[in-house]
Amino acid sequence: MIRNWPKPRTLIRFAALLTLAAMTQAEPTSLSASQQLGLEIAREADRRDLGFGDNASELTMTLRNQYGEESVRRMRNKTLEQNDDGDKSLIVFDNPRDVKGTAFLSFTHKAGADDQWLYLPALKRVKRIASSNKSGPFMGSEFAYEDISSQEVEKYSYNFLRNESFNGRNHFVIERDPVDPKSGYSRQEVWLDTEEYRVWKVDYYDRKGDLLKTLTLSDYQQYLNKYWRADHWLMQNHQTGKSTELSYKGWRFANGYRDRDFTKNSLARAK
Amino acid sequence: MQSPQDWVSRYADWLIRRRWLILIGALLLALMAASGARLIGFNNDYRVFFSEDNPQLQEFEQLQRTYTKVDNILFAVEPLDGDVFSPDVLEAVEALTAQAWHLPYSLRVDSITNYQHTYAEGDDLVVQDLVENASGYSRGELGEVKTVALSEPLLAQRLINADGSVTGVNVTFQMPQKSLDEAPTAVAAARLLAEEIEDRYSVQVHMTGMVMLSNAFFESAMSDMSTLVPIMYGVIILITFLLVRSVSATIAALTVIVLSMMSGMGLAGYLGIQLSPPSSSATTIIMTLAVADSIHILVTLFAGMRQGLSKHDAIRQSLKLNMGPVFLTSVTTAIGFLSMNFSDAPPFHDLGNITAIGVMAAFILSVTLLPALMAVLPAKAAKGSSRLGLSMDRLADFVVARQRFILFGSLVFSLALLSMIPLNHVEDDFLNYFDESQEFRRDSDFINERLTGVYQLQYSLKSGQNNGVSDPEFLQKLQAFTDWLRTQPEVRHVNTISDTFARLNKNLHGDDESYYRLPQDPELAAQYLLLYELSLPYGLDLNNQLNVSKSSTQVIVTLNNAGSTQLKDIAERGSQWLKQNAGLEAYGVGPSIMFAYIADRNIQGMLVGTLVAMVLISLLIGFALRSVKLGVLSLIPNLLPAGLAFGLWGGLVGEVNVAVSMVTGMALGIVVDDTVHFLSKYLRARREQGLDSQEAVRHTFSTVGVAIVVTSLILVAGFAVLAQSSFGMNSNMAILTAIAIGMALVADFLLLPVLLMKLDRKPLSPTSTQVISHSSDKEQDYDPQLA
Repeated sequence: MIRNWPKPRTLIRFAALLTLAAMTQAEPTSLSASQQLGLEIAREADRRDLGFGDNASELTMTLRNQYGEESVRRMRNKTLEQNDDGDKSLIVFDNPRDVKGTAFLSFTHKAGADDQWLYLPALKRVKRIASSNKSGPFMGSEFAYEDISSQEVEKYSYNFLRNESFNGRNHFVIERDPVDPKSGYSRQEVWLDTEEYRVWKVDYYDRKGDLLKTLTLSDYQQYLNKYWRADHWLMQNHQTGKSTELSYKGWRFANGYRDRDFTKNSLARAK
Repeated sequence: MQSPQDWVSRYADWLIRRRWLILIGALLLALMAASGARLIGFNNDYRVFFSEDNPQLQEFEQLQRTYTKVDNILFAVEPLDGDVFSPDVLEAVEALTAQAWHLPYSLRVDSITNYQHTYAEGDDLVVQDLVENASGYSRGELGEVKTVALSEPLLAQRLINADGSVTGVNVTFQMPQKSLDEAPTAVAAARLLAEEIEDRYSVQVHMTGMVMLSNAFFESAMSDMSTLVPIMYGVIILITFLLVRSVSATIAALTVIVLSMMSGMGLAGYLGIQLSPPSSSATTIIMTLAVADSIHILVTLFAGMRQGLSKHDAIRQSLKLNMGPVFLTSVTTAIGFLSMNFSDAPPFHDLGNITAIGVMAAFILSVTLLPALMAVLPAKAAKGSSRLGLSMDRLADFVVARQRFILFGSLVFSLALLSMIPLNHVEDDFLNYFDESQEFRRDSDFINERLTGVYQLQYSLKSGQNNGVSDPEFLQKLQAFTDWLRTQPEVRHVNTISDTFARLNKNLHGDDESYYRLPQDPELAAQYLLLYELSLPYGLDLNNQLNVSKSSTQVIVTLNNAGSTQLKDIAERGSQWLKQNAGLEAYGVGPSIMFAYIADRNIQGMLVGTLVAMVLISLLIGFALRSVKLGVLSLIPNLLPAGLAFGLWGGLVGEVNVAVSMVTGMALGIVVDDTVHFLSKYLRARREQGLDSQEAVRHTFSTVGVAIVVTSLILVAGFAVLAQSSFGMNSNMAILTAIAIGMALVADFLLLPVLLMKLDRKPLSPTSTQVISHSSDKEQDYDPQLA
């Protein structure tokens, strides 16, 4: 299974993870060693991001087709960490002009469908999106909502595949399979570096098992000496030749957000 | 100056001496050429019929770049009990929908079960599959689903028919267009899926769509090859044996014919040519033309043997007599086929080029391998009778005696037939390319009759600004266009985003029917769209209706089955309406419109191509006969037959397709052979024997009359075989060519001699040598024992 033989340090990390896996009694025993290892890697990545509290950022989304046509959307994003459930997040759209002020609130959940609301300024109403199908493209882009929403560990089952080195980094390559039957994907392959457990690349496979998209992340910055955020996300669709680029800037942490900033009623005020 | 006859004699001597070397050498060369057949692939894309600079293809590709592609397979599910809205049938549709996502290259699946039904629930916008787990549905739930499905403009007449007895599952494919087996792979998987659904539920599944069309081209060509080629073998064996009454000669001829065909295909492989239904008919055509070459050589050979020549001497004589004419007729035939390169449809370039190569291969093998084989194989001449020869003499008497009658009769007959040419009208609709033996045609007919149209037009309407599709003024135009389309008799269904806007407006106003209209506020419309997009599941996005910058939208119009005239008409009316009423410029495009214009595109090119072939062939004849007068005169019996064939067809059938534009050039190259044979013998009689025109005509009839009849019969038989093709372009082309060849025979036997006797009265000095014909009186015994 292991194509590139890991360096000694990685081996030590392996051993540690395996020991950890062996010690975790809560897991159902039916998991194989590689599944256990995959899960541990996902958990470790999640653990390393614990405690960031909240953050805010500005986001430019550039849609392109293979013939160079382009379209740009701009939005602002706020996220509030939850202790025992998925994060709450609020996205306010600034551009295109005709959707300016539209605000999208979502509560991700570890289990079950997420809750979503949209404030339509032209209607001056908040509408709950009562849909269990949320794997469609986000604002016509190559990102599905499920690609950019908070990646809760519980949303997938895992399998460790191999180690791989590129760009001077060693990576774990794990497979994760969506638990939600409505997901557009049969599986995903994720590359996380072995140092900081940051995701650098994700391959998305469609329902028939063909490679559909590749997400490449870059320009990671560290905040509060602990939390890593990538400023640049590139999603390429291999089947249609379209791509979408996400550029984040102005990351701010410790904004003191509270739950009441993330309610239906807060949406209209979000601006 | 060395006469060509001398070097043909020396060649014939050398051939007899080195027969084994030539036999093995020719076989090896032919097999080497044929080995290229392994490189030949079959192009499974219907787009193969259109050149890169075809304007309809360009507009279509432009549209496909902007929106999702429309390569599709439409499954029609027909419940055996006639009711779609039962738990069992809806479950079948659900299963088919879910499974269809797994078909190779599939991108999107639309059905009544995964239709994204939207409705209001308090302040919520509910967006969900119209049908989920139908097996447990109550009567009431089934009724609700039926009401929604039958009244939803997106579904009715597209994915569900008016009485709810047939429903569709439409699968959109994104073909990488990288390998040749993409369409067959997708279709094989789709058929397997259809069978599985038929096994599990009491439904029948029919399939149509663009992917099925591409695959049908492939399948009809394959079924043709497996039915027509064996018939061709039978025809060849029968004709050859009847004419030469010799097993060894039949084997030799068959070897030459098959190797000619294989060399043609093999060299095509080396040239990187990909097969398509028209070009795959080259197999049958090459075989037909190769038979004629072999027969000429063999019949003269056996005639010589019957006169007491030894086999080797008979071979020498046959080569001397036939080398020139067979070469000339091969070249003219090749030129006729090469004229297809002027057409706009690449498959016809391929057909012309492969056949031209095959014809030249047939010539080479007929003067190398065939005589070498005959030199080696045992052969005995059967006793001959000359009943056919006698009837030729009687025909000559008739022609000489009734000149005025024939001339007048031909004039009346020709004018009558020619006047019927305008009765032909060109119709190219791709469904009718296939006959009912093809499953694609039967299924498509069923779907057209019971569910929805197979032909579609797409209009891309541009608002001119980013996110302009939600501009109320633009939406208003879009809706007016949609409304107009829906009143047109040809239109079966219109898929437009304006319906979605109206529906969302209603949903977001608590499902109040009075809000089923376009939102008046651009921001509101844009925000509806955003909300809706956020609610859609994987694969069911709006990319098939909107472009990346939401500045333009696509209207998909489904039409009733119609011929190309009607298709062009509705497409143009649509463009006109948009221009006059909305100030928008948009053209109806799509595969059906591409085929609708294919004849117009090709006729333009083929007019030039046919003219070039005509000039080249006439020059060649004039040069070979050393007579400008006869070169010009030969145009009449050469060109008239195609015209007569079109006239006869116009009177009897009246509908032609794009293949018709290829017929004139190709028929010209073929029918010219008879004229060449007739004129060369006639001239020789005039020049060398000093006969007057009447005597020369009699002499010509008795020397080559039978040969011309036999050749024509072979050619008509061969094209009659191809006329059985399940693919309309091939059968249309073959049948018209066969008629033209028959007409040419009549023209050469009646009109040409009369014209010669009327116009060529001046005595000739018997001096000039002839290039092409070295016939001696011995050729009189060319006797195929057909009678």
